[in-house]
Amino acid sequence: MMKIAIASGKGGTGKTFVATNIFLTLLNNNYNVMLVDCDAEAPNSAAFFDTRLLRESEVTQLVPVINTGNCTFCGKCHEYCNYNAIFILPPMKIISVIEDLCHGCGACLAACKYDAITEKPVSLGKVSLYSNNSTPSIIEARMNIGVMSPVPVIKAAVKQIDHQTDIVILDAPPGTSCPFIQTVAPTDYVILVTEPTPFGLSDLKQSVETLRTMDKSFGVIINRTGIGDNKVQEYLYHEEITLLLEIPYKKEIAEMYSNGKLVSDTDPFFARQLLAVVKDITQKYGNSNYQR
Amino acid sequence: MEIAIISGKGGTGKSSISAAFATLDGMVVLADCDVDAANLYLLFNPTHDEETVYIGGHKAVINYDKCTNCGICKDYCRFDAISLVNNGVVISEISCDGCFLCSHICPEKAITMSRNDKSRMYSGSFRNGKMVYGRLAPGEENSGKLVNMVREKAKQISKENNLETILLDGPPGIGCAVISTITGVDKVIIVTEPTISGLSDMKRTTEVIKKFNLPSYVIINKSDLNPSVSEQIKEWCCNNNIAVAGMLPFEKDVTKAMVHSKSITEFNPDLEISKKIKSIWNQITSQKK
Repeated sequence: MMKIAIASGKGGTGKTFVATNIFLTLLNNNYNVMLVDCDAEAPNSAAFFDTRLLRESEVTQLVPVINTGNCTFCGKCHEYCNYNAIFILPPMKIISVIEDLCHGCGACLAACKYDAITEKPVSLGKVSLYSNNSTPSIIEARMNIGVMSPVPVIKAAVKQIDHQTDIVILDAPPGTSCPFIQTVAPTDYVILVTEPTPFGLSDLKQSVETLRTMDKSFGVIINRTGIGDNKVQEYLYHEEITLLLEIPYKKEIAEMYSNGKLVSDTDPFFARQLLAVVKDITQKYGNSNYQR
Repeated sequence: MEIAIISGKGGTGKSSISAAFATLDGMVVLADCDVDAANLYLLFNPTHDEETVYIGGHKAVINYDKCTNCGICKDYCRFDAISLVNNGVVISEISCDGCFLCSHICPEKAITMSRNDKSRMYSGSFRNGKMVYGRLAPGEENSGKLVNMVREKAKQISKENNLETILLDGPPGIGCAVISTITGVDKVIIVTEPTISGLSDMKRTTEVIKKFNLPSYVIINKSDLNPSVSEQIKEWCCNNNIAVAGMLPFEKDVTKAMVHSKSITEFNPDLEISKKIKSIWNQITSQKK
């Protein structure tokens, strides 16, 4: 199995556009492929396909429940909690859990010597498995509205990847913070999608620095070439970073995408380009058992 | 008055529109709350009058002179951050949540917590007022605490300099950092685009805003790209009692302006888009809460 993440520092550069089109191209070429939408705050990949929901699982986290009958208001749990999720006023005999701040680490449980803490699960979101043309092939991580971090839902989605799959495409969340790291950490290669603008370049540099620290192999796709300047190309050349593909800006592409249509379905040249990019990556960075 | 600009989906034009609002006429305090991918400083090249270190979190570090490889820490860790490799305990920096539990329960006191001190907050002046922005170090949790710090600083600067308007350019998504950006603001502007992703992310964003009961406005950017989806967005907003403050056309010069380190209203104030942005701003700021 080879896992390829599609990522970008800046939002809206075309991550989902690239991920869904690569996925479709591989499907059309009879690859055994899965698409995992890890952008749990704003998941959109599945909407581009004619899907059927096969399975849905709840992602939960444990939060403490305080039994005030046993509690001595010693404050040890409050002291152990690094997220300020336990509010305590010992003289008033007041203690409460601020569930939104809790990370479910279990430190309070370990701290309590009086059996005053139990735990209950709360929902963070769900992971759905969809089929496309009757093959189970799309996994979607979707965080509940109001939840603070998408990381647990992303981790749960990655765990559901079928190990028999040859190529897995992961659509990553934007940025370079925790959710991005969690998505790219288990992958073999990262495709960074950027746009040729000052904002695109600045965020690309940050992504590159992060991936280099992580010692990940990566290459870059420049989307909408022609709209800005040539600074991204110059940067890639100087840094000796692989430029995998340039996708020219065309109003038709933007229009098709806005309607939820996939360009690679009707543009065989674009499909061949994407296929060549993936073949090149799998040959250079993968093991052998997914090549056709 | 604090006005937050958010979007759900990335790349809809939040920062470009924020930049335009910031350079219309009055002096403002501009706060870039997209600390994970701060960009506005590229357009405005602000002075760095002040730099503040932000402590993002902690990572567990093992002192192998003390560690006996008992594995108790591994049993307690709920983030799958501790594993046994060749009978030795190893902590994954990527998975560690910084909860301190392992450091508390280690019988040999072999685990210490090191601070993440690579993130920064900067403040200074730019051509239309004052600017504050945060830069989160890669891999850190975007918990919203740095956003809060940026907002506190912006408020302080606004008082000290008698600048009434604070503009907050928000992050994409609907998580912690977004919630921190909109908590307690006076008005929220959602910038969306007429794509199925734009519509779906806007719906999720409005659900987050609902919980705060804030006056909110939608701007449909690049609206002529797909007039029929733009209509769908308008209709949805109408049915859900959210004001559509305006529709902006797709304009190639927005990117050109960016390349020239200018906002679109500075670059070409006579364009249709620039005039519309100005009228949207006047409309939003003139309305009472």
